[in-house]
Amino acid sequence: MAFESLTDKLQNVFKNLRGKGRLTELDVKAALREVKMALLEADVNFKVVKQFIKSVEARAVGSDVMNGLNPGQMVIKIVNEEMTALMGSETAELELQPGQAKTVIMMCGLQGSGKTTSAAKIALKLSKKGKKSLLVACDIYRPAAYEQLKVNAGKVSADFFGIEGEKDPVKIVRAAMDAAVSNGDNIVIIDTAGRLQIDEELMDELRRIKEAVTVHQTLLVVDAMTGQEAVNVSEAFNEKIGVDGVILSKMDGDARGGAALSVKAVTGRPILFVGMGEKLEDLDQFYPDRMASRILGMGDVLSLIDKAAEQIDADKEKEMSARLKKGKFDFNDYLESMNQMKNMGGLASVMSMLPGMGSMLPKGASMGNIADQIDDKKMARSEAIVLSMTKAERADPDLLTPSRKHRIAKGAGVDIAEVNRFVKQFREAQKMMKQLPGMMGKRGRFRLPF
Amino acid sequence: MAFFEKLFSGLSKTRKQLDENLSEVFSRDSIDEDLYEDLEELLILSDIGVVATQDIIDNLKRDEYYEHIRKPKALGMHMVDNIRKMMQTCEADYSFEDNRSVVFVVGVNGAGKTTTIGKLAAQYRSRGKKVMIAAADTFRAAALEQLTVWAERSGAYIITGREGQDPSSVVYDAVSAAKSRETDILLIDTAGRLNNKKNLMEELAKMSRIIDREYPDAVRETLLVLDGATGQNAISQAREFHAATDVTGIVITKLDGTSKGGIAIAIQSELGIPVKYIGVGEGIDDLQKFDADDYVKALFYREGAEDAGETEEE
Repeated sequence: MAFESLTDKLQNVFKNLRGKGRLTELDVKAALREVKMALLEADVNFKVVKQFIKSVEARAVGSDVMNGLNPGQMVIKIVNEEMTALMGSETAELELQPGQAKTVIMMCGLQGSGKTTSAAKIALKLSKKGKKSLLVACDIYRPAAYEQLKVNAGKVSADFFGIEGEKDPVKIVRAAMDAAVSNGDNIVIIDTAGRLQIDEELMDELRRIKEAVTVHQTLLVVDAMTGQEAVNVSEAFNEKIGVDGVILSKMDGDARGGAALSVKAVTGRPILFVGMGEKLEDLDQFYPDRMASRILGMGDVLSLIDKAAEQIDADKEKEMSARLKKGKFDFNDYLESMNQMKNMGGLASVMSMLPGMGSMLPKGASMGNIADQIDDKKMARSEAIVLSMTKAERADPDLLTPSRKHRIAKGAGVDIAEVNRFVKQFREAQKMMKQLPGMMGKRGRFRLPF
Repeated sequence: MAFFEKLFSGLSKTRKQLDENLSEVFSRDSIDEDLYEDLEELLILSDIGVVATQDIIDNLKRDEYYEHIRKPKALGMHMVDNIRKMMQTCEADYSFEDNRSVVFVVGVNGAGKTTTIGKLAAQYRSRGKKVMIAAADTFRAAALEQLTVWAERSGAYIITGREGQDPSSVVYDAVSAAKSRETDILLIDTAGRLNNKKNLMEELAKMSRIIDREYPDAVRETLLVLDGATGQNAISQAREFHAATDVTGIVITKLDGTSKGGIAIAIQSELGIPVKYIGVGEGIDDLQKFDADDYVKALFYREGAEDAGETEEE
């Protein structure tokens, strides 16, 4: 299951439907089957997937395909929007008590999910905001959990509190609150024990901690690699002790992280941070849109779709395609399409974002090095050449006599040979445009020739 | 958002539906598309994965046709049997336990490597083996302490390095020590690493080469430890670790929760690496040799499955 496969598959589904104006129920169903498989492969919970697909289907059937997109891209656009919305449309912040007031944060999660490391990472992050943290070791089971937190506290220059050998977490937490006051800490982060299973004993322990002291934020740490089980885990924690926010750990791996969607769907709580590495500074803000495209496994295709949707002005497009049909493609049109492309981040970046480009390339050439070879500077020089022409010259390439070309070369600051080369290429492109009706949609929509 | 509320309110119901198990699926009156659809759902919910699930179902449909299976119950038994056969281990898979051996333990962060080693050490010790543990996790704060506690508990030798030391040198030292002290089993703990970190996987390959070079007469076992709750990423973990160190067995930990570790099936069918141990609890004896019969039972027949009459609405 390669990452690019979803886009490719969708393109297959829609290959006979190029230029369709509206998504029919049949198209959508076929496309969503592929989306469903992709989501399941990404470990999104089966039930969540089912519900999600239903809601996307309802929205997608009958919607118009936006100009600049093919039907497959349109479906992806809708899927992506729905998914981003589901994960929280904007990035959420960890809520702290105002001013210097003490905020108590309790970490919870299964064993090995990354609680202890995340606790230290949060302390470090908050220290950059001028907060002083106290890390409290409340994992009374795992051998050396105390040590691990103590060492990490030292690394992030946070205060540390723990009572070695103490078997009652409530006692530890109470004593920790006093320690926080005398240290002058305004953040208290309680690291709790993880268990192999969600058992009553563990939940009870967490509940007792919450009863003993005021916990402002209960953060659930979930391993990004978690499978179908993510739903049960987060549901159990949320029901029994209440969760305020989620940390998705080990996101620097290659897991697609479908657990994020499951957890969010079950708890309704925001995902606050993602763990991006083993070093203690590797804790990043969570971006729902990035997560969505990661789960779909589509890289930057989505941002390309967004950009295309924003940048391609439908009216200008129609006008241009009308001119194209008459074989009238002049330098003004060239300038126009150059600008569109520039708005989308330059040819190199557009190329690298394109799905299915891989198959068009010669063997051995990767997407990356092709993009590197495309010289955005060269395009800038071409643009300068066009801008050095008079209006009449731009509208009618036949006007370009050698003396005019000399003038243009001077104006653009390039060699006359380059002007000649450019004009020759332009004429070839002009010819090609006339011969390639496939580049235009059936209803006359102009598709960028790349 | 409407979808969201719907899902949220639906989940208490969903939760019960999740508990629907194989015996229910196969207790229908006849074999039809609905049965296969429910089966697909059940398999995917067990983390078996889309590809392996499709394989299982395709095979089952074919067998239903060619072997004239008519009764859902027979079909169910047929499937369970197929999976059991695929997952079966044999005596030879554990030959390292009774020979002079090196057990090299690898896996991603938090999978349970250190705990697995501690439990294996205790079990081998109780069988009278001379065991040595090498703490080659020189990265995680307090990994040494954790392992030292385990070594003390079980009475195994322990070879440690400093935090930040090159783990390969710890491995080298451990192999020399194991040779001179004539230990039966040398268990090597390594730092957890994500499978997409090239340099860390290189480091692991290097340690692996050192073992092969310095201790060629020992039986070599490489165990990949997987968290039982891991989803489809486990396949890519298995693939990458296998490429770096030639994994000979899988340990699935944390199977005592609601997770069912169906990923083992996907790994076995895709890479052919057998599961050798499973962790079903926190006690030392809760790390057990893998038993295909029990596994299949646990995977498909939940506790309380026999309590018939517990039918859910919808």
